[in-house]
Amino acid sequence: MMKEKTEILINSNQIEKKEKSFATIHPGRRRAEKAFKWISRIMTWSTVFILLVLLYHLGKEGWEYIDWQFLDSYPSRKVAKAGIKAGLWGTVWLIITTAVITIPIGVASALFLEEYGVKGKIGKLIEINVSNLAGVPSIVYGLLGLAVFVRWFNFERSILSGALTLGLLIMPVIIVATREAVKAVPDSIRFGAYALGAHKWQVVFYHVLPVALPGIITGVILALSRAIGETAPLIIIGALAYVSFVPESVMDEFTVMPIQIYNWASRPQEEFHQLAASGIVALLALMLTLNFIAVFIRIKTTKRNIQ
Amino acid sequence: MNQENIVLKTKDFNIFYGEKQAIFNMNLDICEKKVTAIIGPSGCGKSTLLRSFNRMNDFVPSFNCNGAIEFEKKNILKLDPMEVRTRIGMVFQKPNPFPKSIYNNIIWGPKIHGHKVNYDELVEDSLKKAALWDEVKDRLNESALELSGGQQQRLCIARTIAMKPEVILMDEPCSALDPKSTIKIEDLIDDLKNDYTIVIVTHNMQQAARVSDYTAFFYEGELIEFDYTDKLFTKPSNKQTEDYITGRFG
Ligand SMILES: Nc1ncnc2c1ncn2[C@@H]1O[C@H](COP(=O)(O)OP(=O)(O)O)[C@@H](O)[C@H]1O
Ligand SMILES: [Mg+2]
Repeated sequence: MMKEKTEILINSNQIEKKEKSFATIHPGRRRAEKAFKWISRIMTWSTVFILLVLLYHLGKEGWEYIDWQFLDSYPSRKVAKAGIKAGLWGTVWLIITTAVITIPIGVASALFLEEYGVKGKIGKLIEINVSNLAGVPSIVYGLLGLAVFVRWFNFERSILSGALTLGLLIMPVIIVATREAVKAVPDSIRFGAYALGAHKWQVVFYHVLPVALPGIITGVILALSRAIGETAPLIIIGALAYVSFVPESVMDEFTVMPIQIYNWASRPQEEFHQLAASGIVALLALMLTLNFIAVFIRIKTTKRNIQ
Repeated sequence: MNQENIVLKTKDFNIFYGEKQAIFNMNLDICEKKVTAIIGPSGCGKSTLLRSFNRMNDFVPSFNCNGAIEFEKKNILKLDPMEVRTRIGMVFQKPNPFPKSIYNNIIWGPKIHGHKVNYDELVEDSLKKAALWDEVKDRLNESALELSGGQQQRLCIARTIAMKPEVILMDEPCSALDPKSTIKIEDLIDDLKNDYTIVIVTHNMQQAARVSDYTAFFYEGELIEFDYTDKLFTKPSNKQTEDYITGRFG
């Protein structure tokens, strides 16, 4: 009882102190607040502005060639007949394969590390290493993919090799995002479930995972968006610059949109640069579509979660 | 005072967190279908002992104990913790409904244990027992998080009841609630003791006096006095108890 009383005393002292400091700092603080708000606002809008200018230029240059024919044609030496079909389908195949391989492994690893895993020093070490892996230049993963998947596993220059390589590349992002999402699930929910006699896997599967899912999906979207834009590691493992077929299995050779775009952009003729712009517009559209689907899934899962 | 059936019995029970001992040589009997209150100043080990009854202390890495807690002639410490928790339910200090619908909050426990029951009936029955049915019967599929704090706590009680436990442990179940909700929960506890054995931790002595049949007074990890609530609050036999209930120390 004594303790409680002294605590109350301390609290009221603190409140008084706070009020005093408010009174003294007030005018300057207000100006700083206003300035900060304006600086933030200008920064935000200038970023948006730059993005809009970029999009406008891309659109203006690329719009001319974007049509069904462009999406449904293979690359050609004649600009009018050239299209992005091979890259488009290559990218779609590659991303789906990457997602199918990486998401389960990444999410499961994160759940293991967070819920079952290695605590203490070793856990900390693993955590730091995984975060560091997220910062390794992508070309390094390309070399690794070349040595391991293409040569050693003999998957050759296939979509599978590409997907595994990109998988390595985005795995850290997925793991870190999932761990953060899982960490944010309040323990009170876990204990509530345990108190009903639940086993650990039931707590993780029925409570932790659903609550963490929106966060996990956000991480996965980010990771896959990064994968869509990757060029360097795919060039290293031997994705082709000139492809005139659509892959039919994960063992087929392939190209992806960024490689096709790079290829067009590095030609001397002006028309090919416009073609590259069209390719970029198509790539952005694909990315936005994927993001849109992901956001949709996210909203759906959040809703179902509540019921 | 031991005419009743004893459901839970701690025997020379000691609890340690690392090197630090939190419960000393505890010998406490919990009687069937009665409300037993545990009172005592903050940090005296009320929650610690309560959490041992349903093995929730297992989650504290530094936790250690010796002695025994008898539950139906078996030592709880030697049983499967999941099994123990299905028979001895717990309501926490802060309401912690699952972020799911009211309906799913209640059926989740029975569902994962594969209880073959009519879920609709179970939900209605549990909510009625928790005095929540009338308030939520039209919105069973809405999120439990939309309920008020007091309603959430009653939902947590309903969720516990749905498991058909023998004992319900409550750790300061009203400390996060307003006075109105507190009274509702206290009334509820009075109804529940017809069917369940209840152990309630509270720092509120009036509450202990209002709801309980027996009261145990803890001080610094030791059981100082244990008696009928009426007696403990009117004619305590121990000086420390008297000082505490008359507010002379805390
Ligand atoms: N998880 C824990 N780890 C270490 N010490 C703890 C833990 N929980 C409680 N204690 C200690 O055990 C003692 C009793 O705590 P507790 O049972 O929470 O008290 P009460 O519920 O009576 O306020 C306190 O000294 C507290 O510091
Ligand atoms: Mg406590």
